[in-house]
Amino acid sequence: MDFILASIPRTCILFSALAMLGVSAPLHAQENYFVTYSHELEEPGNLEIAAKSVTGAPQDGNPFVATALEFEYGIKTWWTTELYLDGQNTAGESTVFTGFRVENRVRPLLREHWINPVLYFEFENINGADKALLEVVGHDTREDFLTRNDRSEKAREAEFKLILSSNFKGWNVSENIIAEKNLDNSPWEFGYAVGASRTLALAASAKPCKFCRENFALGAEMYGGLGERYSFGLADTSHYLGYVVTWNIPRGPTLRLSPNFGLNDNSHGFLFRFMLSYEIDQIFSKMRSNP
Amino acid sequence: MTSRNTRRFGPLLLILALAGILFAEPGEGEWLHKVPARDRGRTNPFASDSDAPAAGAKIFAEHCASCHGEDAEGKIQGKHVRPNLHADRIKTAKPGELFWLLTNGSLKNGMPSWSRLPEAQRWQLISYLKSLP
Repeated sequence: MDFILASIPRTCILFSALAMLGVSAPLHAQENYFVTYSHELEEPGNLEIAAKSVTGAPQDGNPFVATALEFEYGIKTWWTTELYLDGQNTAGESTVFTGFRVENRVRPLLREHWINPVLYFEFENINGADKALLEVVGHDTREDFLTRNDRSEKAREAEFKLILSSNFKGWNVSENIIAEKNLDNSPWEFGYAVGASRTLALAASAKPCKFCRENFALGAEMYGGLGERYSFGLADTSHYLGYVVTWNIPRGPTLRLSPNFGLNDNSHGFLFRFMLSYEIDQIFSKMRSNP
Repeated sequence: MTSRNTRRFGPLLLILALAGILFAEPGEGEWLHKVPARDRGRTNPFASDSDAPAAGAKIFAEHCASCHGEDAEGKIQGKHVRPNLHADRIKTAKPGELFWLLTNGSLKNGMPSWSRLPEAQRWQLISYLKSLP
């Protein structure tokens, strides 16, 4: 527990600093999941800063906490770009920076449909010590986490996702199909993520409140690998089921928690994900008007 | 080498070309002509709810005020004009038309889709917009 708590102050300092900078009227993160993406994009001009963390204690390995610091910016209503900086700390080993990711999400259809597609492109330059677990593909298993932190193995990967998402009656249902390729001529790896979530109240209450039901969303997501080009399927893959609780604090940050359970022997038995995010609206307009 | 480049970048160029065609949509205000008759005729189930404007004001402050201003007076952000929501165009628009706009957005003009808000909250927001002086 001390190990997890040790990682929290840095996050708190970051968000306290944002609050002290006079960043007012924050909006809220669009996603209601950790791994699954929906078709909601960042509002143009807004910057969301989020610390997404995952902690686990693999059998026969050392407990770890990995954090991806995320900067998400809405370029257009139909185009969002993100930068992730990954790092992790493994008990008894070390704290290391493990790489970066740049991703873009583009919404090709400009209207709301029954199913809304989003195209996702990502380049990641990470090393073998990365434990952020932002997706599971190919034959990723818990055994990848048993070797000591080793940054010598580099992975420059391109990742593509087809995001399909629907909103109806307060529910969001999202499906992601993932294809990832290490650019050193390794075969394509595949994965999936699906999620469903709903706010606790469909109508808003008239009075201001932090604990109103409309500020909370509950959901679940399932994700895992689907093998690779030459061994497509469920053999030697890992899969997880996670429950997600999101609390959008009015005029404040968003807090999200998610216990995740491994669904087979290749998976970690238990992972706990937590996220704190803060959205700065119209950041460049503010910078221009307050030089 | 050229054919290799074509193979590598061809799909990307195709996507960009398609995006250009897709985004050639009408300009600001013309969304009204795009609302299907079925959506235009929808009525606000919160029209007689006296709490709905207050609830809508809360939703507005949380999600809309950063662009449209705290009092919905509109804003100029860089080269973007965020419309004044006290305008006649909003007053005369039918609830169903506003609901369609909130649901679909006007992505080309910088207005996001708010389909992630439950329907009830979108209607409450419309109650607030209709209560604006």
